[in-house]
Amino acid sequence: MGRKAMVSPLQQKIRVSGPVVVTANRLSDGAVVYLAKSGLWTQELGAATVLWSAEEAQAALKAAQSDGLEAVGAYLAPIDASETAAQPGNLREFIRIGGPTFALPSAGPQRVAA
Amino acid sequence: MYTYDEFDRTFIAERAAQFRDQVARRLSGELTEDEFRPLRLMNGVYLQLHAYMLRIAIPYGTLSSGQLRKLAHVARVFDRGYGHFTTRQNLQLNWIKLSDMPQVLEELAGAGVHAMQTSGNCIRNITTDQWGGVAPGEIEDPRFWAEILRQWSTMHPEFTFLPRKFKIAITGTPDDRAAVKVHDIGLRIIENEQGETGFEVSAGGGLGRSPFIAKVIRDFLPKQDLLSYLEAILRVYNAHGRRDNIYKARIKILVHDLGAERFAAEVEEEWAQIKDSYLKLDPAFVADIRSRFVYPEYETLEDDPAVLKTALSANARFALWHGNSTAKHKISGYAIVTLSLKPIGKPPGDATSGQMEAIADLADRYSYGEIRVGHDQNLVLPHVRQQDLPALWKQLDAIGVATPNAGLITDIISCPGLDYCSLANARAIPVAMEIAQRFAPIEKAQSIGPLHINISGCINACGHHHIGHIGILGVEKNGREFYQITLGGKADEDATLGQLLGPAIPYEEVAGTIERIVSRYLDLRLSADEIFIGTVTRLGVTPFKEALYALH
Repeated sequence: MGRKAMVSPLQQKIRVSGPVVVTANRLSDGAVVYLAKSGLWTQELGAATVLWSAEEAQAALKAAQSDGLEAVGAYLAPIDASETAAQPGNLREFIRIGGPTFALPSAGPQRVAA
Repeated sequence: MYTYDEFDRTFIAERAAQFRDQVARRLSGELTEDEFRPLRLMNGVYLQLHAYMLRIAIPYGTLSSGQLRKLAHVARVFDRGYGHFTTRQNLQLNWIKLSDMPQVLEELAGAGVHAMQTSGNCIRNITTDQWGGVAPGEIEDPRFWAEILRQWSTMHPEFTFLPRKFKIAITGTPDDRAAVKVHDIGLRIIENEQGETGFEVSAGGGLGRSPFIAKVIRDFLPKQDLLSYLEAILRVYNAHGRRDNIYKARIKILVHDLGAERFAAEVEEEWAQIKDSYLKLDPAFVADIRSRFVYPEYETLEDDPAVLKTALSANARFALWHGNSTAKHKISGYAIVTLSLKPIGKPPGDATSGQMEAIADLADRYSYGEIRVGHDQNLVLPHVRQQDLPALWKQLDAIGVATPNAGLITDIISCPGLDYCSLANARAIPVAMEIAQRFAPIEKAQSIGPLHINISGCINACGHHHIGHIGILGVEKNGREFYQITLGGKADEDATLGQLLGPAIPYEEVAGTIERIVSRYLDLRLSADEIFIGTVTRLGVTPFKEALYALH
């Protein structure tokens, strides 16, 4: 599991000390999205643009925040970048991709008899 | 149950229609997110980690079976088939699309349910005792006064943009099940020496980053003056509360900074200006509200009917549940039944759509169609004939809400934590599930006795960790989850804030540490009659520190 800071992005100062991606929630349904190389938003972390320097990260974030129609709440999320595939850089981001870390209550039979 | 009139129904429907228009304008780009955010928050819509969350109001924790069915329906059709009951007696749905939100609010409005006063810097949903109206020894049904406060506070033009959110709780019995002492205003219905009923008013309580127990600012408030006095409190807060620093904006900071005496004097001064205004409660208005509270037509029944006695002696599992999850009712022959939403291995406070529908059916059959939600994240059937308890138990057991653990160590209060919440720094639900697993055998939990564990995933304290007998607060250290443990907190009429036991411990060590704390308690208690909080109160936290020192 990642050891990068996972303070709520709402309380975070922007610091870039490793690879990051721009992430947000899709306006229409809240789904987690990432800014892709194409400039469009994608749900695939692997398709996200990986940013390495503070300058390019800040610029990409600023552009994403000015969008406002496709996605909301854009911020920089740390990732663990490798040659094969990018992984979320901390537990918060793992949970955003994978959902809660336990089985949802509705998993299994739904209808119960009274 | 309180019955909405045409005004209420129209108001809720209009609000839903307004929100449909607001969502359409947001999706089209006509409204920016900055413009839209306060509008969605006024309708209980948050943006969380994975998706939008809708927080639905359950005023004073009372639901009809029809309303619960509607919540189940919405959860199934528009969400993932379950909901989370919160410490504020609300229901949260975690995965609703913004584009579906207007239809959801319209469907809820059709059942008299809405999401107003569940977010924003307004007077929030007023909370109360889940046993309101049925508890023995109750001076008066607190829900009646909560309804008057709801009507006064909803869309109050002067208090729509307060310095911060504002929470009011009210109890009608000497035993406080509503944690009134940790609310911005806490009201206790009391009787004075002349035999008149009124309110003891406390202010400045709260949890979060700076926890405070509320101070009594008026020993006795006549009932007719409830609105004018609360309006005076809100005015003093609105005028002097800090808007420059979000961490110092709650009324608790103002009361603390001014001192309770000076704050009370300012309120009295303001109150003198408005005491005899239109805010004085008109007896005709009060009578009208009272007439809308419909109580069951109880049968004349004896306590301890033969069918109950037989079942108690014949079935040990039923007897165990009966001893734990039923309580005496103010009417003989009836019982108050707690439905545990804390089954071992499941998230605390969650119920599936199927469970909600089944509970609604059981409420129709056994509890005059009424359900309550407690701040302990359990449900209650408030009017069950004692003779029906054996049959009801079988059906509650079949749907997984008859774990006989109410008030025990596995009845854990937990916020959603980092698994859902964008504010959280650490997980709460998996911690609760792991602790519950360690104490899963019910005989083990019962041998420990009453013990309340409260868990929050961040300093905002939605899991009320400060007032748990054992409080657990998740914090982040260098990208890892750590947890601070407090002991000695209480949420009852002698509300107390817990004391920190020592340094925070990592996620993996929390459940084991709780086991060692409990083991230490079992060694230290004078007898099985001395409950956990009694031992901590008697000895302080020092003897328990070795439970942490074992690690460090």
